Amino acid sequence: MKAIYSLFLVFALVLVALLGAGAGGMHYLFGVIIPYVAVVLFVAGFVMRVIRWGKSPVPFRIPTTCGQEFSLPWIKQNKIDNPSTTWGVILRMFFEIVLFRSLFRNTRVELHDGPKLAYASNKWLWLFALLFHYSFLTIFLRHMRLFTEPVPGFFQALESVDGMLQIGVPSLYLTDVVIVVAATYLFLRRVVIPQVRYVSLPADYFPLFLILGIVLSGIFMRYFVKTDIVSVKELTMGLVTFHPRIPEGVGTIFYIHVFLVSVLLIYFPFSKLMHMGGVFLSPTRNLANNNRMKIHVNPWNYPVKVHTYEAYEDEFREKMVEAGLPVEKPLEQQPENKE
Amino acid sequence: MATPKPQELFASINHRPPKKDWMDVPVEIKPGRYCYAANPKSLEIVGFPHAREWNPLDDDWKLPENWKEIIIQGIKERLERFRSFKIFMDICVRCGACADKCHFFIGSGDPKNMPVLRAELLRSIYRGEFTRAGKILGRFAGARDLTPEVIKEWWYYFFQCTECRRCSVFCPYGIDTAEITIIGRELLNLLGLNIDWIATPVANCYRTGNHLGIQPHAFKDMIDFFCDDIEEITGIRPEPSFNKKGADILFITPSGDVFADPGTYTCMGYLMLFHYLKEEYGLEVTWSTYASEGGNFGFFTSHEMMKRLNAKMYMEAKRLGVKWILGGECGHMWRVIHQYMATMQHDTMGDLDFLEEPVSPITGTRFENARATKMVHIVEFTADLIKHGKLKLDKSRNDNLIMTFHDSCNPSRGMGLLEEPRYIIKNTCNHFYEMPENTIREQTFCCGGGAGLNAGENEELRMMGGLPRANAVKYVHEKYGVNMLGCICAIDRAVLPNLMDYWVPGVQVTGIHELVGNALLLPGEQERETNLRGEPLPGKEDM
Ligand code: HEM
Ligand code: SF4
Ligand code: SF4
Repeated sequence: MKAIYSLFLVFALVLVALLGAGAGGMHYLFGVIIPYVAVVLFVAGFVMRVIRWGKSPVPFRIPTTCGQEFSLPWIKQNKIDNPSTTWGVILRMFFEIVLFRSLFRNTRVELHDGPKLAYASNKWLWLFALLFHYSFLTIFLRHMRLFTEPVPGFFQALESVDGMLQIGVPSLYLTDVVIVVAATYLFLRRVVIPQVRYVSLPADYFPLFLILGIVLSGIFMRYFVKTDIVSVKELTMGLVTFHPRIPEGVGTIFYIHVFLVSVLLIYFPFSKLMHMGGVFLSPTRNLANNNRMKIHVNPWNYPVKVHTYEAYEDEFREKMVEAGLPVEKPLEQQPENKE
Repeated sequence: MATPKPQELFASINHRPPKKDWMDVPVEIKPGRYCYAANPKSLEIVGFPHAREWNPLDDDWKLPENWKEIIIQGIKERLERFRSFKIFMDICVRCGACADKCHFFIGSGDPKNMPVLRAELLRSIYRGEFTRAGKILGRFAGARDLTPEVIKEWWYYFFQCTECRRCSVFCPYGIDTAEITIIGRELLNLLGLNIDWIATPVANCYRTGNHLGIQPHAFKDMIDFFCDDIEEITGIRPEPSFNKKGADILFITPSGDVFADPGTYTCMGYLMLFHYLKEEYGLEVTWSTYASEGGNFGFFTSHEMMKRLNAKMYMEAKRLGVKWILGGECGHMWRVIHQYMATMQHDTMGDLDFLEEPVSPITGTRFENARATKMVHIVEFTADLIKHGKLKLDKSRNDNLIMTFHDSCNPSRGMGLLEEPRYIIKNTCNHFYEMPENTIREQTFCCGGGAGLNAGENEELRMMGGLPRANAVKYVHEKYGVNMLGCICAIDRAVLPNLMDYWVPGVQVTGIHELVGNALLLPGEQERETNLRGEPLPGKEDM
């Protein structure tokens, strides 16, 4: 049900673009105004969200340690999963962000008669998550050819590697296939795995459908209803050079594609997609486990009421003396200011 | 409610969630899975608000009039104070990687025990009250209204989390549901909703220095009693000192070790070790009756209460003028000492200049990793002694033991103390086998009774939560004949024996320093006939 809501929402967005830019001919709105607004909202929203996070301090140093600590010289420390230095943390974060290290640990629990529990290796999520993100990244970078002139060698190289299979005209990009497969997998596991389905919100299906919508409209535009790529580049260059104009010959499919991207940009800062920023700031991962080597200071530390030794001794002095325990104040001069 | 038989309990586990959306499934407080409400007197001792008699099974929890305001304000303050909380509220993608990593989910099948859903219980309110998307889109964005039902659900499920952090190991963003539980419990405490198994130890600890409310003279008596036993077994009587000014080291351990088997044997191990070090090397270790609790149930209550209870350690070290502090075998105690203590006490204790950088006077080893906070784990300390050949050990006295080792949650995931205890075991025992790798070290499973949940009335829950741990023990029990489960946590020593009897009869539980005590050759000792438990030593069975 939740998936269907989200799917309809994406259909509705397509329809908006179809009617607005296609039938309504509002090319300037869909080709210039909305993309500009989206980029501004994205940047402002992203920055504000990160600032909002940054405003809250990290009162305690709470890394989740996943290996041997730095301790005695003859004990081998796990410097990546339990870093005690900044370099260690950088490495840990590198593996986390670039290779999804923690997700790689994933297992699936199984119940067998016996009673017996087993933990099966379960790396599919890790694999498809990586494929999804890297193809997304590659596609994003490939798009830079539309926003640069002359196109830097890096983007051209990326494009030729991605299209190296040379299948069809225009030649098929690997990442186009991979992202469709990976996003489909991510969607299917959400509906097929009962536990994941149970915790999923409409807000979990929506970005997947939206991204699939973007990808499919892009693929459609590239391989099927061909759009005049020269005009498109004229439009995109106009956007980045702040001389926006709408050239002739840009098809409706392009406006649909751009509209969905704009929605993604606007949606991004308000949604779970902010994990992109948050992963860098997660205190269980980005702090060194040097807790006992360096005192971490909590900016809002405040004095609290404690039970002092004096109050304790006042209460138990007699018993302590009787038991032969040393006391600060001998019994006879016990003051009357007993609590 | 009797706890079901193991086979029945196992057969009843169903990992398939119900059809109905979780927001539409009202909470049902099941006997056997919850702990009794806090005794109002205990809350009053520490000045907690809204102390009252109430019963979780009643419809009316007698919430204060402005409960909603209190909660909203409470969330707001904590969002401003904890970046962890803010980020963990915002970035979960509900990928489900953490779902089946929680021992309570594995053992109960209750979907709200999946870490991600446990967190969503609070996150859904956060979205509804604090995010624009949630305010406008409501349920579509995963938001829901704050009702008394929600509070009940929080109470039920935040006291079904042992704050073990296993979920955090697997989360691609390190989202730590323990952190969310900690904050959730803090919020509940604003409404006077604690459980008695936490609130009463907290009150006791505050007043008498330890959870069990043992008064100073009684504390000393109990230790003397162990000395009697040691004398009987070895012919040597340790002479521990108490509250002694000018001692070299202050030793603090959880009071559970003084109070209940098998922790008591671990305590005897400490006493023997200190006696040995005093005789052989002149080291003076003192115990405190004031700071007589290493454990800190304040940690299971609120950050503030944790600080209030913890303050005793440094205050006592300062008063006694010791060089540094040595801490006994305990799990959450060490999470507090390692990750919170020096930070919390910085306002009154500053940079701890009244203590010295810890150096073992016997081996000369500088404990680099504790140079600022000046508190060393006894397992680090003893491993160093053994490595330098400073202890005379007779391993064969532990030959009746076929050991395995349970990593306690906090020392493994909040510290990384993995090799030291293994090193000690291997040097005091001849037979040691590891459990499967998905169940040890950073992936270790909780005993099922941590974070203040070791009550009697929630036994069923503990047996469920302890299943993954017990099942891994069962594996090595059947494969290698393992009969002894080692651990470095006082709560483990209290929880695991019961758990073993239930799932893996025939396996007992021991602290690591019990092994040391048994193997250690005290100067001038008589030939021992029994181990610290009074059982005949290997080879002496038929005498
Ligand atoms: C530093 C950058 C990023 C990192 C390290 C990162 C990491 C991850 C990880 C580990 C997951 C969980 C696995 C999964 O469910 O697939 C995930 C999920 C996801 N990411 Fe990212 N991500 C990043 C940036 C992005 C960006 C830029 C987008 C796209 C706009 C994105 C979209 C998604 C989506 C839609 C999911 C959920 C997939 C699902 O529903 O199962 N991520 N990300
Ligand atoms: S593993 Fe992390 S991101 Fe995934 S559902 Fe659990 S808490 Fe959320
Ligand atoms: S901290 Fe432990 S008990 Fe709590 S949700 Fe995570 S895995 Fe479960």
